[in-house]
Amino acid sequence: MLAKRIVPCLDVKEGKVVKGVQFRNHEIVGDIVPLAQRYADEGADELVFYDITASAHDRVIDKSWVSRVAERIDIPFCVAGGIRTIEQAREKLAFGADKISINSPALTDPSLIRRLQDEFGRQCIVIGIDSYYNASSDSYWVKQFTGDEAATKDTQWFTQDWVEEVQKQGCGEIVLNVMNQDGVRQGYDIKQLSMIRAICDVPLIASGGAGTMAHFKDVFSQANVDAALAASVFHKGIIDIQELKQYLKDNQIAVRV
Amino acid sequence: MSQQDKTALSENSALGNENEIVGNTVIIDTGCANLSSVRYAFERLMSDLDRERLFVTDDIEMIKAAERVVLPGVGTAAAAMTSLQVKGLDKLIPTLTQPLLGVCLGMQMLTRVSKERGNQSDDCPCLNIIPVDIDLLDTQGLPLPHMGWNQIKPNTHPIFDGIEAGSYVYFVHSYRAPISDDSIATAQHGETFSAAIAKDNFIGLQFHPEKSAKVGARMLQNFLMMDRTTFKKTNSKLANSQQEAQL
Repeated sequence: MLAKRIVPCLDVKEGKVVKGVQFRNHEIVGDIVPLAQRYADEGADELVFYDITASAHDRVIDKSWVSRVAERIDIPFCVAGGIRTIEQAREKLAFGADKISINSPALTDPSLIRRLQDEFGRQCIVIGIDSYYNASSDSYWVKQFTGDEAATKDTQWFTQDWVEEVQKQGCGEIVLNVMNQDGVRQGYDIKQLSMIRAICDVPLIASGGAGTMAHFKDVFSQANVDAALAASVFHKGIIDIQELKQYLKDNQIAVRV
Repeated sequence: MSQQDKTALSENSALGNENEIVGNTVIIDTGCANLSSVRYAFERLMSDLDRERLFVTDDIEMIKAAERVVLPGVGTAAAAMTSLQVKGLDKLIPTLTQPLLGVCLGMQMLTRVSKERGNQSDDCPCLNIIPVDIDLLDTQGLPLPHMGWNQIKPNTHPIFDGIEAGSYVYFVHSYRAPISDDSIATAQHGETFSAAIAKDNFIGLQFHPEKSAKVGARMLQNFLMMDRTTFKKTNSKLANSQQEAQL
């Protein structure tokens, strides 16, 4: 049986992990490879590196950290952030990334998804979606450019419609990030994820809201997602990946331990 | 490394260390594949000296002379086969007699035909080494692509030495080889399919050993321990038929 995946997400800036990473008694001083290695050793099933340098600055920057990760890490990893062209995608994949994740540029030009799929195959094309709940209209909407607060804007897409569209364009996987719960660690948005699951034929990754081990159990057993992504609970040592996977196993969730 | 260290290392090798990697390992440069991950995975298992005998190439003579050969592949069957044809490798590969490991699409190319058409109008003829056809995975309603860690049931085969039934490996694919006499491992995602196939010196893995943590590393290590004698010793049927041919 296909295992449910636990996916730590690391923010990378100019080849270093940022956001004050703290790892129990093991102090990480920002180098990307040892932290990635540690997560892999602890049983992470996959890693996502969100390159915030790329999205903040429109300039050519050193991507050799991607190959340093690929040399050392023996689990799959995805690079997100700032990929707007076929060539930028090709560079990441050639350096050894298994997948690339596209968010805002796909909203600007949805045909980018199809062109990437034609070039590299759908298995490596991940679409990130930032969805938020609008209480007054009781509906879910997609936001764009969420990496920069000043630039963030609403789109014309209902989340459900955009999920249908990106599948039609040929994406291989969807990361649904639920903004109104992100960071507060109150749990994944089960209701929204269940609704999206019902219309999502490609693997679906839940993102945003993880605070306890029970939140992971709930999102797998109730929303039936394929993977759960989290950042701060792992970085801050609130949840240990090995313990989490044992807990999920004890709760009859199929995981790789 | 100092000359002294190098001498010491080579003396160790000469003592017949049982983990010694004999001869050259060649990864076929398929052009469209993501070769780096496969190369890095082998390099992680190798000493500095071993790494000097690891090559990524499309040179026919180097491939022929290698002790073992890896055929990696990602993308679509049609693009990968075209890339082999352009380099004349589609004729060469079926004639190889040393251990050959096809990974993912590299496995699928070992078969007769792939029904993954991409944007072509016909099925894609493959290398016709292992007599099965590649078709779309019937997930019976589960998500497609089959992406993530799944369990395998391996048969007895040297590539699976030390691998337990139920071990998790990393899959990313939408097409699959059916269960057949040439299956050496199975997995299930909806239907049950071949996680690995083999015939004589040709081995194909549908999953990605280079991304399958310790379990995958063990399989790659097993492969590095193979040499030109591996399948001559174990495959008596092949040896017999060769003897008959000589008589």
